[in-house]
Amino acid sequence: MDLIWDGLRQSFWLLVRGDARVYEIMLRSLLASGAATLLALLIGVPAGTFLALRRFPGRALVLSAVHSGMGLPPVVVGLVLSVLFWRTGPLGDLGLLYTVRAIVIAQTVIATPIVTGFTVAGIQALDPRLRLQILALGASRLQLLWLLLKEARLPLMAAVIAAFGAVISEVGAAIQVGSIIRGETELLTTATVLATQRGDFGLAFALSVILLALVFCVNAVFTLIQQRGPRP
Amino acid sequence: MRRLLPALFPVLLLVVVAACGGGGPDRDELILATTTSTMDSGLLDVLIPAFEEESGYRVTPVAVGSGQALELGRRGEADVLLVHAPEAEERFMAEGHGVDRRLVMHNDFVIVGPPEDPAGARAAAATREVLSRIAAAGARFISRGDDSGTHQLERALWQAAGIDPEGEAWYVVSGQGMGATLGVANERRGYTLTDRATYLALRDRLDLEILHQGDPVLRNVYHVIQVDPSKNDRVNAEGAQAFAEFLVGERAQEIIGEFGRDRFGEPLFTPDAGKDEADLR
Repeated sequence: MDLIWDGLRQSFWLLVRGDARVYEIMLRSLLASGAATLLALLIGVPAGTFLALRRFPGRALVLSAVHSGMGLPPVVVGLVLSVLFWRTGPLGDLGLLYTVRAIVIAQTVIATPIVTGFTVAGIQALDPRLRLQILALGASRLQLLWLLLKEARLPLMAAVIAAFGAVISEVGAAIQVGSIIRGETELLTTATVLATQRGDFGLAFALSVILLALVFCVNAVFTLIQQRGPRP
Repeated sequence: MRRLLPALFPVLLLVVVAACGGGGPDRDELILATTTSTMDSGLLDVLIPAFEEESGYRVTPVAVGSGQALELGRRGEADVLLVHAPEAEERFMAEGHGVDRRLVMHNDFVIVGPPEDPAGARAAAATREVLSRIAAAGARFISRGDDSGTHQLERALWQAAGIDPEGEAWYVVSGQGMGATLGVANERRGYTLTDRATYLALRDRLDLEILHQGDPVLRNVYHVIQVDPSKNDRVNAEGAQAFAEFLVGERAQEIIGEFGRDRFGEPLFTPDAGKDEADLR
């Protein structure tokens, strides 16, 4: 028990004293997972919209793959990507292994199916008559898509929350493609793992508390955006 | 035009990925594959900056198991290895994957247990005898049972003592890492085999004492190996050589010999560069 109090106290002091290393790790975690979530949105929302509105052969298969992908184990993503990124691997020339960029790519792979799945569900949950009504009012296809996505903003924000939550709390892929290099690729999660293995439970708890607080703050912002505006 | 828009997203992604691209091999970069023990103890956090400052190289440490470190070397995915698996290392060298292998340091394992020492482990000289006494007394022994390097050593030690502890009532398998296993040994008042560094790091929270140490079979010997540069054109042979020479050099050996003294009151590793291999067995 005393460890938990120590951790709370230590995390408080690390933040108040402005421990440069902790702030740097925090910022890196936030930027990496933020970038991954953004990239996942850029891919997942169009892909999800397409899957929701179009009928084509093999659609059920693709949807099943997306739904399975929502539970993609990070370690598998990490393993596959590190083999691709090896310097003798097919993407070795990019020099990505053991960099933050590799972590962003891995987290994007993890987050994209989540965003896609939520988008499909969100758009399909809309009343089909809405689509006809919008079209009847003379909207262009682009306007139609925009209005549908706007109507589906609640599930879309849920997608953002789920995707961000999945990647910022993920360890397996980040360690494999990024290692835990001091000052370069340490994240809140991987630094916690290292501190735990070192028996430095105080620091491990402190980093965990900071991670939880960070996730809470980010989600609070997302939730405020989600719940804003006229009637749900 | 409207059809183009969805197609634009993959293009955008490609641009991002391309922007991430670094280009060809960088001669200043060096990948060190090593075991979790060197990383977890914090030794690398001291050695690597010292080397980088002295040589101008940039080292990327990858801490994995000894097996994986050797495999990365075998595939030319690392330039230099710092590992502790002597038999596997000798095989690695015999198969021609490395160009040089040098003795760097050792740390050791100890047997800890409750201070009252129900099995009388303190009185035994050899590790084999300690295990016989524990088995004969039916005193509780906590095994990690996770197939880690420590667990493999433990199994080899039981085998050398001619005892098969599996299934015995006093033989408890924790299935967890070293720290958690020490916690179980503490709660259940049992004996366990641990590396010295983890025990020292957790000593304040444990009512367990070192009851046996010093037998050469408990040593964990580390070598530095330079990966054969003919594997692919990306292996950084000069960097690997510079790092290996740094590790066996005076400055690094001094750092190794002092490391841990400030935090634990005693050093965690013993520098061994230039010593005769046979003296450590």
